[in-house]
Amino acid sequence: MYEIIENKSIGEGVNVYKINAPDIAVKALPGQFIILRVHKKGERIPITIADIDKNAGCITILVQTLGKTTHLLSELKAGDELADLVGPLGIPSEIENFGTVVCIGGGFGIAAVHPIAKALKNAGNDVISIIGARRKDLLLMENEMRSASSGLLIATDDGSYGTKGFVTDILKRLIVDDKKNIIRVIAIGPVPMMKAVSDFTKKYNIKTIVSLNPIMIDGTGMCGACRVLIGGQTKFACVDGPDFDAHQVDFENLVNRQKFYEDEEKSSYECHRKEHHNF
Amino acid sequence: MENKNKEQLILDTKERLKIKRHDMPAQNSAKRVQNFKEVSIGYLIEDAIEEAKRCIDCKVPYCIQGCPVSIDIPAFIKLIEKGDFLGAAKKIREKSSLPAICGRVCPQEDQCEKVCTIGRRKDSTSVAIGNLERFAADYEAEHGKNNNISYGKNLYDKKIAIVGAGPSGLAAAGELRQKGYRVSIFEALHEVGGVLIYGVPEFRLPKSILLREVQILKDMGVEIFTNVVIGKTITVDELLNEKGYSAVFIGTGAGTPKFLNIPGEELNGVYSANEFLTRVNLMRAYDMNEYDTPMKCGKTLVVFGAGNTAMDAVRTGLRLGYSDARIFYRRSRNEMTARLEEIHHAEQEGIRFDFLINPVRFIGDEKQNLKQVECERMELGEPDESGRRRPVPIKGSEFIADVDAAVIAIGTNVNPIVPSSTSGMDLNKWGYIIADEKTGKTTKKGVFAGGDIVTGAATVILAMGAGKNAADAIEQYLKTNIW
Ligand SMILES: Cc1cc2nc3c(=O)[nH]c(=O)nc-3n(C[C@H](O)[C@H](O)[C@H](O)COP(=O)(O)OP(=O)(O)OC[C@H]3O[C@@H](n4cnc5c(N)ncnc54)[C@H](O)[C@@H]3O)c2cc1C
Ligand SMILES: Cc1cc2nc3c(=O)[nH]c(=O)nc-3n(C[C@H](O)[C@H](O)[C@H](O)COP(=O)(O)OP(=O)(O)OC[C@H]3O[C@@H](n4cnc5c(N)ncnc54)[C@H](O)[C@@H]3O)c2cc1C
Ligand code: SF4
Ligand code: SF4
Ligand code: FES
Repeated sequence: MYEIIENKSIGEGVNVYKINAPDIAVKALPGQFIILRVHKKGERIPITIADIDKNAGCITILVQTLGKTTHLLSELKAGDELADLVGPLGIPSEIENFGTVVCIGGGFGIAAVHPIAKALKNAGNDVISIIGARRKDLLLMENEMRSASSGLLIATDDGSYGTKGFVTDILKRLIVDDKKNIIRVIAIGPVPMMKAVSDFTKKYNIKTIVSLNPIMIDGTGMCGACRVLIGGQTKFACVDGPDFDAHQVDFENLVNRQKFYEDEEKSSYECHRKEHHNF
Repeated sequence: MENKNKEQLILDTKERLKIKRHDMPAQNSAKRVQNFKEVSIGYLIEDAIEEAKRCIDCKVPYCIQGCPVSIDIPAFIKLIEKGDFLGAAKKIREKSSLPAICGRVCPQEDQCEKVCTIGRRKDSTSVAIGNLERFAADYEAEHGKNNNISYGKNLYDKKIAIVGAGPSGLAAAGELRQKGYRVSIFEALHEVGGVLIYGVPEFRLPKSILLREVQILKDMGVEIFTNVVIGKTITVDELLNEKGYSAVFIGTGAGTPKFLNIPGEELNGVYSANEFLTRVNLMRAYDMNEYDTPMKCGKTLVVFGAGNTAMDAVRTGLRLGYSDARIFYRRSRNEMTARLEEIHHAEQEGIRFDFLINPVRFIGDEKQNLKQVECERMELGEPDESGRRRPVPIKGSEFIADVDAAVIAIGTNVNPIVPSSTSGMDLNKWGYIIADEKTGKTTKKGVFAGGDIVTGAATVILAMGAGKNAADAIEQYLKTNIW
């Protein structure tokens, strides 16, 4: 049913998957995600929809191989099937003609910001995108992002490509030096990056949207595992988000909640590696 | 002739009244807290027959009035007494499609058994109707492969969509299939059963029993699509206008957990009951060697609440390995809403109940992991809207307790996905779907609803009854096209 059409490694620990999912493809909008299970005893993991091909009836996801589940996923080949796939979940990103917007993607967050940038551009915005990675070879979807934006800027931590430094350094240049009239910033990536962007834009009072990725189970509002603090209020990221107003987000709480099962996750991955890979 | 019968009955009645109620045999409590196997073992044939003899076949069987789906209780009990167990199961199935489940989870003491004539006599206890129902259903499962199930045939071309595979949806599907319609169930999760699969634990309702009922539906030709979130993957409007369904039944439950809205609720280690139970039940986290979803275990677990959900959570905690698993409840023992049997079982297992305690704040360590909870003591004041005495805090009674995990089991709100994505369907002020009590008709033509999504959190049997009633109304509607 949920057949993998393509599984391609695109650099260290990141794979792109094309999955046959006609029902999801017709419905999916930028900002939404899916939940999948690799096997019948597996956990449910949420992944952002990075691209949608309505005609072919398939979706693309980019997944960073981190622990047991994403590792098992990376071993699947074209023709293999997922145990479960459900979506599209979450509330789609707000797409309007805002004027000049900046889309920021860090790490695999680039995959998540890509469909949003594309839709914002189609809606008539001047889309400036900033993407960043630690090194050049870890940079994802450069070409796709280029065509989804009016201008693309790149930052790498080690300076191996584009500007040396962080995406926030480039954002600062746009705001402070170039005095761009930025109406809205969309930032998706590791929590420290989203927090840094948020702290910065807060000073300039620029509306900023981030996509939050707490631990989830059902993704339908039933369990409350995915709750996040937004302006002091409890919200469920799976049904009230995943997009939220960055300036209201309690990032510290998000990071702590993401880490809660770290020990269990590690030992489950280690067991799996010992049993199946002898390393 | 008639007189003689009467005499016999009177004689019989005396004899019958002498028989003591046969309690349900259960796994030893010290042993059972170390496993997830079913607590109640079930009657032996002899127990069942003896218990059945206690029913005096009342002229006015109040018990039937006490059952939300009006099972002909004396009739099925007399069949058990005669040894016709399959006949008894068939009798029950005339009114209930999930007898093995209701026999296990109905709050009988508030329903059929509450009004049983025998139970209302002094020094006597009611007939164990639930236990007998369970016995007949289990016997049928073991001995009478599909004994009573009249297989649904395609009598009509019309298709009906059922949204949600909880008790209401499963019951509606079974009824409609038997009536000859084509039926598709759409379920958001990867397994069917609703609360019965993600909430009620294995030790109370083994998954195999639920699967058995679901298999019957499949054998009857009901199509089941899991992993479809109606309102996201497909909307109710699309089911009617594009996908060719003539009617839709919505049975999506009331599955969004309520929180206390007190400081510290966001800490790691504070769970909603739904999360705690879903990890363990649906995702089988109690077996982390086999299954991938993680679960923590510590020493002290406190569950806030006193309904079935709270009992399930606290007893699950005990089985996971929490050595000190307790209930904190803001009202008193008398106001507890859980089934009596669950409270008894919990007490036997060593669960401590502390009453008139209300949490005010959760306290965490530097990693934002829960370590303590601050509570205040309460006293009972004037009755509130629910008729129960309202608990009010006692000034200066605050205390702090060390805890490793806290579970909030104080009820649920409506899940907004279906209500908010369906056009022209009216909701009440809390967001539940407005539907006619008898027929399940909503304000949107062709759309019916029942179960917790209409009533708010209630019971399995009420949800099942609502599904059945809606099935009758759907048949009417499809035959007459009158809304
Ligand atoms: C809305 C959303 C969108 C996401 N989109 C992407 C994406 O496009 N690409 C991508 O690579 N990753 C994405 N993630 C993160 C992805 O779900 C996790 O990396 C994945 O679950 C890790 O599983 P694992 O077993 O391989 O690793 P583990 O070793 O089990 O976990 C590694 C880390 O992943 C996180 N995690 C673990 N389990 C879950 C869970 N059930 N739900 C959420 N996070 C979890 C935890 O923070 C954990 O510390 C997204 C998460 C969310 C909530
Ligand atoms: C822990 C717990 C213990 C309980 N114990 C008892 C007990 O002992 N006795 C008793 O009588 N009652 C008990 N109850 C209450 C009882 O389980 C419920 O009243 C009953 O299950 C309601 O049935 P339902 O069909 O309305 O909904 P549910 O059982 O909630 O099922 C709804 C189904 O719809 C699915 N769904 C939701 N949204 C969508 C969507 N958008 N698209 C597709 N599918 C969707 C859900 O995933 C779920 O499977 C308990 C409840 C809980 C939580
Ligand atoms: S369905 Fe419930 S209320 Fe009705 S007879 Fe059975 S146990 Fe009693
Ligand atoms: S009320 Fe009790 S004794 Fe009378 S018929 Fe019903 S179960 Fe039997
Ligand atoms: S993941 Fe369960 S409520 Fe959001």
